[in-house]
Amino acid sequence: MGHRHQLTDSVIQVNHLSFKYTSQYVLEDITLHVRKGAFLGLVGPNGSGKSTLVKCLLGIQTPQQGDISLFGEPLKKFSGWDRIGYVSQKANSFNSGFPATVFEVVSMGLYGKIGLFRFLTKKHKQKVYEAIEKVEMSAYTNENIGNLSGGQQQRVFIARALVSDPDLLILDEPTVGVDVHSVQQFYTMLKQLNQEHGITLVLITHDIGAMTDYVTDVACLNKHLHFHGDTDTFTESENEMMSTLYGHDVHMLTHNHDHSACEVPTS
Amino acid sequence: MISVFFQYDFLMYAMFTGIMVGFLAPFLGVFLVVRRMSLIADALSHVTLTGIAFSLLLGRHFSLFQGLNPLYLGAGFSVGASLLIERLRNVYTYYKELAIPIILSAGIGLGVVFISLADGFTNDLFSYLFGSVVTITQSDFRLIAAITLFVSGFIILFYKELFFLSFDEEQAIISGMPKRFIQWMFIIIVALVIAASMRVVGILLVSSLMTIPVASAMRLAKGFKQTFIYAVIFGEISVIVGLVASFHLNLAPGGTIVMIAVLILLITLFFTRGRHT
Amino acid sequence: MEWLESLTFIQRGVIAGVVIGFVSPILGAFLLVRRITIISEALSHITLTGIAAGIFMSQAIAFVSFLNPLYMGFLFSLIGSLLIEKLRQWYKHFEELAIPIILSTGVGLSAILMSASGSATTEWYNYLFGSIITVSLADLSFIIITALLAIAIMSFMYKEFLVISFDQEFASVSGVPVKRMNILFSVLIALVISMAMKVVGILLVGAMITLPVAASIQIAKSFRQILLLGIVFGQVSMIGGIISSYYLNVATGGMVVVVSILLLMLAMGIKKLQHA
Repeated sequence: MGHRHQLTDSVIQVNHLSFKYTSQYVLEDITLHVRKGAFLGLVGPNGSGKSTLVKCLLGIQTPQQGDISLFGEPLKKFSGWDRIGYVSQKANSFNSGFPATVFEVVSMGLYGKIGLFRFLTKKHKQKVYEAIEKVEMSAYTNENIGNLSGGQQQRVFIARALVSDPDLLILDEPTVGVDVHSVQQFYTMLKQLNQEHGITLVLITHDIGAMTDYVTDVACLNKHLHFHGDTDTFTESENEMMSTLYGHDVHMLTHNHDHSACEVPTS
Repeated sequence: MISVFFQYDFLMYAMFTGIMVGFLAPFLGVFLVVRRMSLIADALSHVTLTGIAFSLLLGRHFSLFQGLNPLYLGAGFSVGASLLIERLRNVYTYYKELAIPIILSAGIGLGVVFISLADGFTNDLFSYLFGSVVTITQSDFRLIAAITLFVSGFIILFYKELFFLSFDEEQAIISGMPKRFIQWMFIIIVALVIAASMRVVGILLVSSLMTIPVASAMRLAKGFKQTFIYAVIFGEISVIVGLVASFHLNLAPGGTIVMIAVLILLITLFFTRGRHT
Repeated sequence: MEWLESLTFIQRGVIAGVVIGFVSPILGAFLLVRRITIISEALSHITLTGIAAGIFMSQAIAFVSFLNPLYMGFLFSLIGSLLIEKLRQWYKHFEELAIPIILSTGVGLSAILMSASGSATTEWYNYLFGSIITVSLADLSFIIITALLAIAIMSFMYKEFLVISFDQEFASVSGVPVKRMNILFSVLIALVISMAMKVVGILLVGAMITLPVAASIQIAKSFRQILLLGIVFGQVSMIGGIISSYYLNVATGGMVVVVSILLLMLAMGIKKLQHA
C-alpha cells in the first residue's frame, strides 16, 4: 500500500474510502492505487464489496467518506469517461435471443462518443472491425450474438469496451459462466491487451486460482483492503496464507472475514 | 388485379395509407418486441378505444368536440395509460405483469360505458374495432403521412440510443444515453402509431401488425438491421396482399391483412422449426 | 331442472352473472400465481373466432345449425391454449410473444369469418361486449354445466395446481404429473372463458378474471384469502354492475368492469392506509 508511484502516471487513486448502502458499511477505509500499465486483480469473496467499489469508481455510487481520482483528476471534475471501458458482471445476462450481430453489439461502444444526431462513419466502422480483431472474433462479425458460446460472448463485450480506445479497462467477474479452457485463453488475451496495447486493466474476480499467472498486481478486498501489492509478494504470502488457512475449518473462515485475507479457493 | 386500386380515389387512399402503415407498424414493432413490451401495444390499443369513445361522447354534449378527430383523444388516453402501467408496475412489485391486463380490461370496460352512454353501438364502432380502410379520407391520409414522417425521422435520428437502451440499459446509461427522454418519446410514438394504424386494421388488430411481422423476422434475420428489413417486408406484403385479396373476395380488410401476416409467420416457423429464438 | 324453465330472462341473466362472478376469480387466482393472467385475454379473443366459425358454419352447413356456437368457442379456446404452450417453446427468449400472436390470430380470423357470415353487427356486439338479457335457457344450462365442471376440476386438483404454480420443478420431482396437469389446466381456462363470455363478452372476460384478484391480492395474506376475497369482489362487481347498468341504462359488461375497477382502487387505498 501507499504511494510508491508518481501521481502523474496514476490511473486510479482511492483514498480512505468508506461506503454504506444502509446502516452497515460494505467498504471501510479503502486506499487503493493503480498505476499506468498495471494489470490489477481485485479479489475477494462474494459480497465483499468489489462491485460496489467499481460502482464508486464509475460514479454510479457516491461514497460517504474518502475521495477518488481518475487519471489524476478528482472524480467530481473528471470528464474523460470515454477513456474508461467497463464490462459489467451482467453483460452476459442479456437476453440471448436479442437479434443483434457481433458488429452491432461492438459498435454500441462508440455510441456515447459519437453523440446525438450523428451516425456511424466509415472511420467508426473501421474501429469496430479492429476491436473485433483484437479479441480474435473476426470470423463471427456478422453472427447473431445469441448463437455464440459464453466465452465468445464475453470477448464481444470486451471488444465493445475496447472500441472507444480506452486507457483503462475494468472487468467485473468476466469469467462467470465461461468454461475452464476458455478462461485461460481469455486471460491470455487480457495479458496481451495489457502488454502489447498498453491498456491498464482492473479485473474483478472471486477466484484467485488462475488469475495470479497473468496479473501484475493484486488487491484483496473484504470490506477492508487486506492486501495490496505486486503479484510476487502476493504469491509468497499466499502460500503462507494457504498453510494457515487450510488448517482451519472452511466454514469458520468464511464467518470470520476479518482474519482471512482472501477466500480459500475451493479447488 | 391491383390496377383497380388506382382508378378510384378512395381505393388509392386506402392503398397508400396501407403501405405507410405496413411500414410504420413493424418498424416500431421491432423495438417493442426486443424491449419485451409487445403486450403493451395490446393494452394501449384497447385504451385508445376508450379515448375514442370518450371523444364521441363529448361530441354529443359539447359542440367543441364535434369537429375534433376522435383519434386525438384516443392517442392522449393511450399516453396516459402507458404512464399508469408504469405506476401499476410499482404497486405490484411481485406481479409486475398484472399491470397490462388491468389496464387493458379497465380500458375496454370504460370504453363500453362511454359508447353506450353515447348511444354508439353502431357501424361506426365496428369500423374502429376492425378498421375500415375504404373510408379513409384525404385528411386521415395527411394525418397518417405526417405521423409516418415524424416517427421514421425520430427512429432514424435516435437509432443508436434506442438500440443501445433496448439491448443493455445499464451500460447504455453509463455511456450517457438519455434514457428518460428516449423512454418518453417512445411512449408517445407508440401512441401515435397505434392511432395511425387503427384506421387500417382497427383497434383489435393494431398490435398484430406491430408484433407478427417482427416475430417472423426474428426467426430469419441475422442482426438488428436485418430484423427491420424483414419485418417491414413482411408487413408490406401482408398489407398489400391483404388489401387486394379482401377487396376481391369481399372480406374484412383488417382481418385479411392480419391473417396474411399470420400465414407468413406459419411459413417461417415451418422452415425454422427446431430453432429456439 | 324445471325451475330453470320458469325463470324470466332477467332472472336467467342474474343467475348467470352470479355463477360467473364466482368461478372467474377462482381461475384468476391460479392464473395470478402462475403469472399468466394475460393468457385470458388471448384465449378470450380466440374464443370469438370459434363462435364466429360456429355461426358461419351453421349458415353454410345445415346439420351443425343446432349446435350452440359456444361449444365451438370452447374448442377454439382449448386449441389456442395448447398452441400458446408450443409457441412459448419456439420463442424461448421472448416467451411473451406467444400471447399477442394467438390474440391477433384470433381477432384476425374472427373479423374475416364475421364479414363472410354477413350477420348483423348488433349480434356481434353481444358477443364482444356481452349481454345479460339475451341469455337463453340453453346458454344458462351451458353456463351452469361448465361452471360445475370447472369447480369440480379446481377442487379436486387444488393441491396439484397450487404446487405447480408455486414451483414446477419441485412439483414434478415430488411426483405430480405436471404435463397432464398443465393440459387439464388449459381445459379449465377454456371452460371458464367460454362460460363467461355470453354475459360479459369476449373483450371483458379478461377483466372478470383479472380485476377481482388484482384487488384481493392487495389485502390478502394467503392464497386462501386471495380466493375468498376474489370471490367476494367478483360477486360485488357482478351484482353491482347488473343493478347499476339497469338504472343507468348502460351496457352491463362495462358497468361490471367499472365496479371492479372501483373495488380495485378501494383495495389499493386500504393497502396504503395499512402501510401509512
